[in-house]
Amino acid sequence: MSVEYETVIGLEIHVQLKTNTKMFCSCALTFGEPPNTRTCPVCLGLPGALPVANAEAIHLGLMIGMALGCELAPRSKFDRKQYFYPDLPKGYQISQFDEPLCAGGGIGGVRIHRVHLEEDAAKLVHAGTSGRIHGSAASVVDFNRGGTPLAEIVTEPDISSAEQAGEFLRLLRTTLRVLGVSDVNMEEGSLRCDANISIRPVGQAELGVKTELKNMNSFRYIEKGIRAEVARQEALLRAGEPVTQETLHFDPRTEQLTSMRSKEEAHDYRYFPEPDLTPVLITPDMLERAHAALPELPAARQERFERDLSLHPDTAKLLAWRTELGDWFEAALAASPAGYDAAAAGPLANWTTNELITRLGTDVDPATSNVAPAALAQLVALVAAKTVTANAGKQVLDVLVAEGGDPAAIIEAQGLGAVGGEDTLAPVVQAALEANPAIAERLRGGDMKPMGVIIGHVMRETKGRADGGEVTKLVRAELGL
Amino acid sequence: MTHLTDLTAKTAIDAITSGDLDAAELFDAYRSAAAAEDLNAYTWVADQTPDLGAAAAAPLRGVPLAVKDLFCTAGVPSQAGSRILEGYRPPHTATVVERLAAAGTSLLGKTNQDEFAMGSSNENSAYGPVKNPWDRSRVPGGSSGGSAAAVAAGLAPWALGTDTGGSIRQPAALCGIVGLKPTYGTVSRYGMIAFASSLDQAGPFARDVTDVALLYSHMHGRDPRDATSVGHPEATVLPTAERMDGLRLGVPEDLTGEGVEPGVMAAFEAALQTARDLGASVERVALPHADYGLSAYYVIAPAEASSNLARFDGVRYGRRSGADDLVSMYTKTRHDYFGDEVKRRILIGTYALSSGFYDAYYAGAQKVRTLIARDFTAAFAGVDLIVTPTSPGVAFPLGAKTDDPLAMYLNDYFTVPISLAGLPAISLPCGLSEGLPVGLQLAGPAFSENRILDAAYAWERALAFDSTPSRIGAAR
Amino acid sequence: MIDRTQVLHVARLARLQLTDDEVGRMSTELSNILGHIEKLSALDLTDVEPTTHVVAVGSALRPDVVRESLPREVAFEQAPDIADDGFRVPSPQA
Repeated sequence: MSVEYETVIGLEIHVQLKTNTKMFCSCALTFGEPPNTRTCPVCLGLPGALPVANAEAIHLGLMIGMALGCELAPRSKFDRKQYFYPDLPKGYQISQFDEPLCAGGGIGGVRIHRVHLEEDAAKLVHAGTSGRIHGSAASVVDFNRGGTPLAEIVTEPDISSAEQAGEFLRLLRTTLRVLGVSDVNMEEGSLRCDANISIRPVGQAELGVKTELKNMNSFRYIEKGIRAEVARQEALLRAGEPVTQETLHFDPRTEQLTSMRSKEEAHDYRYFPEPDLTPVLITPDMLERAHAALPELPAARQERFERDLSLHPDTAKLLAWRTELGDWFEAALAASPAGYDAAAAGPLANWTTNELITRLGTDVDPATSNVAPAALAQLVALVAAKTVTANAGKQVLDVLVAEGGDPAAIIEAQGLGAVGGEDTLAPVVQAALEANPAIAERLRGGDMKPMGVIIGHVMRETKGRADGGEVTKLVRAELGL
Repeated sequence: MTHLTDLTAKTAIDAITSGDLDAAELFDAYRSAAAAEDLNAYTWVADQTPDLGAAAAAPLRGVPLAVKDLFCTAGVPSQAGSRILEGYRPPHTATVVERLAAAGTSLLGKTNQDEFAMGSSNENSAYGPVKNPWDRSRVPGGSSGGSAAAVAAGLAPWALGTDTGGSIRQPAALCGIVGLKPTYGTVSRYGMIAFASSLDQAGPFARDVTDVALLYSHMHGRDPRDATSVGHPEATVLPTAERMDGLRLGVPEDLTGEGVEPGVMAAFEAALQTARDLGASVERVALPHADYGLSAYYVIAPAEASSNLARFDGVRYGRRSGADDLVSMYTKTRHDYFGDEVKRRILIGTYALSSGFYDAYYAGAQKVRTLIARDFTAAFAGVDLIVTPTSPGVAFPLGAKTDDPLAMYLNDYFTVPISLAGLPAISLPCGLSEGLPVGLQLAGPAFSENRILDAAYAWERALAFDSTPSRIGAAR
Repeated sequence: MIDRTQVLHVARLARLQLTDDEVGRMSTELSNILGHIEKLSALDLTDVEPTTHVVAVGSALRPDVVRESLPREVAFEQAPDIADDGFRVPSPQA
């Protein structure tokens, strides 16, 4: 009998805030400018320079706290986290240690431990062979990024699988994007994620030894990395070997995990309150301003879609968690002939999440496609009115995706209107039965299984413009059933 | 004839205003004196007399100003007494230096100091010790020893210093001049190369109380570049009081006696009698935790210093020792270019902040700070100002205490508790002992600079200490 | 009391190389200083709030307004080693 293990994951997410200036100085944030052109005495750590906190960063931090349902500290403070590294100009990073801006809260079923503000490190680039020092490898520091405001979001260890981690991160990313507090672009580094991973035998209360998986720069790699690390830990434990607490790097190309542990002793960050900065006191005005700036968030939007539009939870989630999709859907709903109405919402949502997404590709923003929201709304209304069959409607959608246009005009031009009524359809059904005598016989004998063959025949003949239900009805009438 | 360099700044300003003195002539006199000095008070002197047109029209009339080396001054060496910053010329200027330039002072030179302001004798400077103009075999005090010696010797009419645990007051006392450590936060720290951020405060040196008040009046003000800076609730006015009637002076019972040289105590007692003669009352006050001040200070200041000095890593500026790997580059650079006292304090401070020791040391010291601040609040409920000797002794011979860090630290016994509480205090010469100046320290509640200056002014007149540079030591 | 091992540990944290001689001397001097600091342990500090800022001030925040950065040549002017438009250091991996 083998032991079953369960996975325990906590995430630390670093988010670059979208302010005009850096966290503690007035340099503009960098967007690919030449190296070291966005620096000043403060972010270069020159002697005598002093930090002053950016009010807008505090504001964005409060918005994040509100969106994640955190408690906002009426008073928080900054601390110095000390270690030597060339990308850290002062020999310490200004962060928040024991009095963070926000604590508690949760989103998507994962509890948030805390949210705090800090400054980003600079960029260390490996110098080419020409840049070697006495033949040894050298690096070059670019301080443009140094001092960019960061919010660090730390979850409780509530996540139990790579998939759940991915799903949580997607919700968090959408939430932050809707808030407008960050570009949340993993490739560009404005959203970065570390995962603390441990496993334990099912039923054991005590947590296993955790490892930290650092700096994964896409959702796919995060999920892959976590899976690889869970597998590694499980293999170790099954072989009777212990898991060592360490920091790991996951290489997405080779899918290898490598230890980042250096020869140096364990870090002793020697945190102490930053004497150059006064505590941040949150005033009612600041809270009011942050609250007023909050848009509708994905979780709330999903709830509204389920409640007001009676959408299926999965559909509601798909639309709400992908902001651009939800926006497009709501625009279509508003343009639908029946107006913004729950009755039209269900079919429209299904057409959007199934047919449209399949045709456009999962990651394409429909707003960039040829399909106007009003066009899909009209098409779905025509299908509902049986002016066009669902099958023919899909052909209309193919045309809309390819070249845009008006559904009614496309139906007209391509002759895709529904073939309905006894007069037109009955002869086609009759012909189908005649062409398939054996099937007709079985149907007559009460075996309804081969009904599809007849319907298929009719559909072929009518180029999909017939309504399946009506065909069945006519077959029964024809055979006297 | 009178020496131009004997004039106080206020007298010189009045003479320039009335047209009796040319600002450039005054600058030149000081510049020549500073360029030729043999006290090692300066680490850099302006190589020519600047165009004083605009400055002479401003309130301070182009009067020259000596600035402690650790104030960053754009394009001018700013080395903080350290080898690691040898030749360093920053791109930025300290706010207080900018303010004073706007008020009409002109930069005469940068003054020698203990390395990163760590010291009480100026013997920790990488650029050599400063000599006391009263006796060239003795120290001027520290860490702002160059500024104090320059002002005392007539090498500058006034100067900027910084005070972390006594670094303005103690050298002012040892050099027989006046020095003010203002309320923490009233003078911007932007551009001051930091020693201990929660304690560092810039202040003026001059040869009389009026000049100190005048210079300070142009120094303070909230600075958006220093988050810990605060506006002074009232403007600084030039003192006029001739008497001390009704003023209640408190002498801390927990801070006197032991360790104070008899000559210093005698001069101090005589000065108290003078105050009584001027109408003041003198009583004992309790500061039960002040005696713990030095212990708390020697945790807090090194802890903050160890962090503030981490930026000297040989990457962006300053000296670097060659090494092929990063850690060796750091450790060699910091070994080769930091002096002994700096290393000592970095080690103490790192230790005090390290895992397992933080609560006992740093957090404990910050709590003692609270107790000391409460002591002062309670004391000021009963007295207006608190008075002590500034330093337990007069200027000591060069080299006398260099081998005993603890003995050196005891120099700050009277000044440190006030620094921990962030309070303003002035040091004022009150007499001589063994022919060397003795200073008294007058401290008040936060933002009580005007009251302190007024009392010091009346007292100064009655004490009639002669600080005229050309007559230094004449009374010995 | 702070022994040689502790001096070396702290020196490593502070990125400070010490000669053998210096380690011995610092050990003695630091022990003396710490002995003096031990005085603090005589006080009962439970329920005492630590003071981090002596003068009580509220948040001093900065408006999010861009100011000009330093020209690169000024940023580089005092640097010991510039290469490839950046501050060159021995590689941390070396």
